[in-house]
Order: sequence, then structure tokens, then C-alpha cells
Amino acid sequence: MATLLQLALSGIAIGCVYALVALGFVLIYKATETVNFAQGELMMLGGFFAYTATALMGWPYWAAIVFAVLVMALFGMGIERIVLRPVLGQAQFTVVMVTIGVGYVMRGVVSMVPGWGTDTYKIANPFADRVINIGGAAISLEQLMIIVMTAALCAVLFLFFRFTRIGVAMQASSQNQLAAYYMGIPVRRINTLIWGLSAAVATFAGILLAPLTFVHANMGFIGLKAFPAAVVGGFGSIPGAIVGGLVIGLVESFAGYYLPEGFKDIAAYIVVLLVLIFKPSGLFGDKLTKKV
Amino acid sequence: MRFLFKTDYDQDVRLFKDGQQKFWYGALAIFLLGLPLALPEYLVGQMVFILIYSIIGLGMMLLIGFTGQISLGHAAFLAVGAYTEAWLQARGAPFAVSLAAAGLLAGLAGVIVGLPALRLKGIYLAIATMAFGFIVEEAVTRWDSVTGGNSGKQLKQIDFFGALIDNDVRFYYLCLGLVFIIMLGMINLMRSSTGRAFVAIRDSEISAQSMGIHLARYKTIAFAISAALTGMAGALYAHKLQFISPEQFNLLVSIEMATLVFIGGLGSFHGAIFGAIFVITLPQLIVFMKDYLPPAIAQQTGLQPTIFGLILIGFLLFEPLGIYGRWVKIRTYFSLFPFYRRGMFRRQKTYMKSDRLK
Repeated sequence: MATLLQLALSGIAIGCVYALVALGFVLIYKATETVNFAQGELMMLGGFFAYTATALMGWPYWAAIVFAVLVMALFGMGIERIVLRPVLGQAQFTVVMVTIGVGYVMRGVVSMVPGWGTDTYKIANPFADRVINIGGAAISLEQLMIIVMTAALCAVLFLFFRFTRIGVAMQASSQNQLAAYYMGIPVRRINTLIWGLSAAVATFAGILLAPLTFVHANMGFIGLKAFPAAVVGGFGSIPGAIVGGLVIGLVESFAGYYLPEGFKDIAAYIVVLLVLIFKPSGLFGDKLTKKV
Repeated sequence: MRFLFKTDYDQDVRLFKDGQQKFWYGALAIFLLGLPLALPEYLVGQMVFILIYSIIGLGMMLLIGFTGQISLGHAAFLAVGAYTEAWLQARGAPFAVSLAAAGLLAGLAGVIVGLPALRLKGIYLAIATMAFGFIVEEAVTRWDSVTGGNSGKQLKQIDFFGALIDNDVRFYYLCLGLVFIIMLGMINLMRSSTGRAFVAIRDSEISAQSMGIHLARYKTIAFAISAALTGMAGALYAHKLQFISPEQFNLLVSIEMATLVFIGGLGSFHGAIFGAIFVITLPQLIVFMKDYLPPAIAQQTGLQPTIFGLILIGFLLFEPLGIYGRWVKIRTYFSLFPFYRRGMFRRQKTYMKSDRLK
């Protein structure tokens, strides 16, 4: 029983990180129909900014989070404005290739920045090295904090989309750009803001992930696991992304314990293939058919 | 300026449009045949890589450029081909048999991936193929008895009907012959009804279907041919490197194979070749450049991905038709001189095309 609980909790913890990265995909996908392959790299860069703030500038943990999130929100907006807006309206995969290129550049540049480089770093946090006992399962406070902070972020995002003017505008432009445009919503500006929001969420994911995997230039590859998460949840659904992330995290955690070695890394991909074969719309996806 | 007078239906079927084209391609053939005599051994080796990547490029071009299906898992087919070749050669199969088997097995794997792909479009397909790539990479790592796992597998030299391919010059001619045959096959395929069906699917699935094209069948065929070509390239690749291990077939290789097509120029055979030249020469150029850069930058491992990414973004933003598109523009400029106008190849203003089902 304790083992089960332990596996479930660590699965949920890593699942939360997948969920946050997947959330970033889904936000951008819903708004601009672009799948951002650089989402993992945004997470990585956010982690590096947080590391810089805590270790090199000596800021406290919470200030570092705010700093990294703000910087990355600006960065995300800049990427949208400079690189993605010119290819808006091109074939979907052209835009995907652009984001892949952005990912390459970010990975390359980060490994060339003095003080960052190709080493692995730790973000000092106030929860390190503390273990809590829940029903016989030992769970580190860091993992628990991932779950708590993800829940908190989801609540904030829910309130943001439900009650703020920008949030409602973002929802509107995600549902139907043309209608939103006619209603006087500046769709392009909203797209820029959504990239900023997505980068901010990714940064948050990076900071939360840092205690588990540390911060390094290839950290973004973990973001690839968020694709299965997003697909399992149905690509255009925000609650779906969260649930999908948790599902993938749990599957991975249990596969690592019960299945032979090697299955842990590909469990997520086997799940996504099965979902795509049997239920391509995912758990929360819309079932719509195309009209000519 | 060239004028093409059509006086005969045979003219539509001929491989070359006119004498001029015949002359230039003939010159190219002579140039390629004579090249190894003029180049040092190392550069001939690089030419072999370019030819192998050209085969990959043709396979990717068929899938991405002509059929409009995306794959981010083609390294898996490369792996299937390479390991089939290694396994069969170790058991004494002649090269012709093992090369065919590598192509067939990879093609079969392509059918298996293609089948679920029939229900998937766009980004879902990309993710499905990416997942397949990861699974194959892991399988190759774990299946020790056949693949040698992480310690890799050694290959012997090719015995081509009794002639031992023991240097790069011979390897070059072997690859050149194969590229020639495949290229000829591809050109004819794209002129056949199958090829036209591929293009129709790329341009609009719905209109293709309403014209009586069996989407499932043609998408599977495209996947199979593309995978088979990649598998054959994998067999050659394995021999060229003489040593294969799982990390040579990871996601980055798949992405590189996809970018090859985009940089070369979507929807043209020339693009596949230009893309292959680009992918192989770029790292060499960067190494060459390093001598002239300040050491603080030159020593960085991140230099190559940065430049690669910047070039990719640059092409997609400013030259979406790729290297081939640029070449066509330059050629048109000179053949129309002085009447070339800047707007001749301008993209039409496009509006957001939704792939969403509404």
C-alpha cells in the first residue's frame, strides 16, 4: 500500500510538470493553431533565469520566481512578434518547423552563455531535503510543493480566464478568431499575450522541475513528454492537458516500477499511440467533423 | 529566352524538355562521374554521405513534399534498415539481398506506422511518428541479441557481386548508381497516376477523395515507399560508418531529416539533393569557420545547433521555397533579363487556414 502511494505521489508530481508544459502547448495551440516545439526550451530558459536570480544575484526564491516568469513572459511575446507573426497563415507544419528552429537556437545559445554553459545547476529552494511521511510513504517536500503549486497555478489561471477582461478575450479569440475580431478584440495582440502567458507557465514548470532533474541546456527534451500529455487530454482542452499530464506521469511512475527496465522512458509514447489509434480526440477533445 | 513548342504528345512524356536540359544534365553526369578522380579521399567520403542523404531526402520529399504527410520519426526507418543490413551481413547474405531486405523491412515498418496514420492529420501524425521513433530507438537499445544494444554493432565491407567495396571511391560509384536508379524511379512515379494522387492528397484531402482517390491506400503507399528508401539509405549509412549504435537514430536525426526537405525546397526533386548537400556541408563549413573565429566562440558546442536553427528560421521566413526556390529565382532572373520583376514569385497573401474541424 505504501509503495502504491509512493508511486502515485511521485507520478503525480512529475505529471504536474508535464501538465504545465502541456498547458503551455494547449494555450498556444488553441489561440494560434501553432504547435510550439520550443515549449520545453522555454521551460529550460526559465529555469536558467531562476537559477541566475538565486545563485548569481543572490535573490530569495520567491523573488526569483517572479523575476524569471516576468522575463520569460516578455521573451515569449518577443518570439511571437519577431519570428512567428511573419509566418502566420502558412501551412501548419511550416510554423512547427519555425518553432523547432527556435528550439535549436535557444539550446545552442544557452550553452554558449558564460556562466550557464553545458553544466547542470540547482536552484536553491526553501523546501530542499525535507521528507514527509504520509501513510507509510516517504515523499519529499519538494515533490509535494510541485503538486501544491501546480494546483495553485491552475486555480489562478481558471480565475484569470473566467473573470478578467483579457482572459475572456483570449477565450473568445481561441474559439473563433474571426468572430472575436469582429467584436473588436485585437486578435494579433492577444496572440502575443498568449505566447507570453505560455512562456510564463513553462517557466513555472521549469522552476518546479528543477529539484527533480536540475537545470541544464538539454532540459527541454523533457518537454517532449508533454506532447503525449496534451494528446491524451485532447489537444485543444485546458483541463484535458492537466489530466493528460497526470495520466502520463502516473503511467510512467508505475511502468518504471512494475515493467522491465526501459519501459519507463517509452511508456508515455506507447500510451499516446494507443490513444491516437483508439480515441484520437483524446479524453476531453471535441468531436467535430469537417464540413467542406 | 527559351520557347517550348509542343508538336508531339511524346514531348510530354520525355524525361528532358529540350536539348538544353539534356546538355546540362549530361554535363552534370560527366562531372559527377569524374569527381572522385579530382577530389581527395576525405572529400569523396563526404560526397558519399551527401549521396546517402540524397536517398533519405528523396524518401522524405515523397512523404512531406509531395504527399503532405509529416514524419518526425524517420530515424526509426533508418535504424531498421541499418540493423537489418548488419544482421543479414553477419549471416553471410549477399549485399543485393540484404539491401533489398533492408528496404523491404523498413517499408513494412512504414506500413505499420502508416496504418494508424490514416486517421491522423497534421500535428497528430507528427506526434505519432515521433512516438514511434522513440519506441524503436528504445527497442534497438534493449534488443541486445540482434542489435548489440548500447555497445553497438560492427559491419564488414560490402561485397558487391564479388567486387569488394573497400574504399570511398568505389562506395561513391555504388551510391551514385543507386541514387540515379532511385531518382529515375521517383521521377516516373510522380508522373504516374499514383504520384498525381499523392499530390492531390497534399493539396486537398477532401477534393482528392471526391475525385475517387482512396486516401488510406495512397497514404500507406507513400509511407511505405518513403520508409523503404530511408531503410536502404540506412543500410548504406551503416556500411559507410562501419559501426552503428542506437544514439545514431535519435529524435534529432529525425528532425534533421525533416529540415533537409524544408531547406532544400518542398515539392521538388532538386530540393532533396540540395537539402542533402546542405545538411552534410554545414557542419564541415562550421568546422572550417572555427579557425577564423575567436576561440571563445569557436570552442562552444552550441555553435552548430545555433547556426542550424538560425538558417532554418531564415529559410522559412524569407525563402519558403528553399534552396531550390532561390535557384529558380536566380535562373529566371537571368533567362528573363532585364524583365524580371520583384513580385514574380511573391507569396499570395494568405489568411489563417484552419485545420480545425468546424
